Amino acid sequence: MPVHEQFEVVIPSDTEAGQAVQERIVSRLESLEYSVRDVFGVRLALEEALVNAIKHGNGLDPDKTVRVNCLIEDDLLRVEIEDQGPGFNMGEVPDPTAEENLERPCGRGIMLIKSFMTNVEYNAKGNRVVLEKKRSPA
Amino acid sequence: MSSGQRRLDIEEIGGVTVAKFVDKKILDETNIQNIGNQLFALVDEDGRKKIVLDFSIVEYLSSAALGKLITMDKKVKAAKSKLRLCCIRPEIYEVFEITRLNKIFDIKSTQEEALEGI
Repeated sequence: MPVHEQFEVVIPSDTEAGQAVQERIVSRLESLEYSVRDVFGVRLALEEALVNAIKHGNGLDPDKTVRVNCLIEDDLLRVEIEDQGPGFNMGEVPDPTAEENLERPCGRGIMLIKSFMTNVEYNAKGNRVVLEKKRSPA
Repeated sequence: MSSGQRRLDIEEIGGVTVAKFVDKKILDETNIQNIGNQLFALVDEDGRKKIVLDFSIVEYLSSAALGKLITMDKKVKAAKSKLRLCCIRPEIYEVFEITRLNKIFDIKSTQEEALEGI
């Protein structure tokens, strides 16, 4: 499978830096003609995962960084995002679609990531996530 | 009035306030904060009773933006005002479906439909 791009960057705990990485990945997918829905889902998942790492993981601490490793192939995108925070327990994240949580203004990011990506895996500590998106059939 | 650059185009149509988002991407933190403040001001400061939010320009929105919409919905209900959303493109509508927020919001396909009988 031809690799179109592979890079690793370490960014500060700053959402603008996160957006720049997001833009780099998304524009590559657009140039490889991934579908509109694929690109939409990837941008949204990257936004949510990077904001989680920067804000909730690193707590916007300027002394902490986020590592992003990206691999773009013809039919697959793989992005690993690791923060320097204490991690979290997936089991403690409330279901945002439960009736009692529907009107809570937060807690939907992880759900959106899982919905739009093909595979999502967190490490046991909860400070690293691997997102994979397979190109949808044309 | 709220601080920050105007992020909504406001128009009055037949007694209904139509607020149109001006950003294609509602992702950036500061931007979302500004949008939230401007939305809330429609209810808290201006006391508007019938509001339609037009998403025709919007291509992306994150969960943080959804959070502002939920808070807006609560304010609208508390003020006994009415809120409708319209012109949401399919990818974004999918976000509302996944999160089941299509159950909370009154969503119409077009601005005309949103204005009808609100």
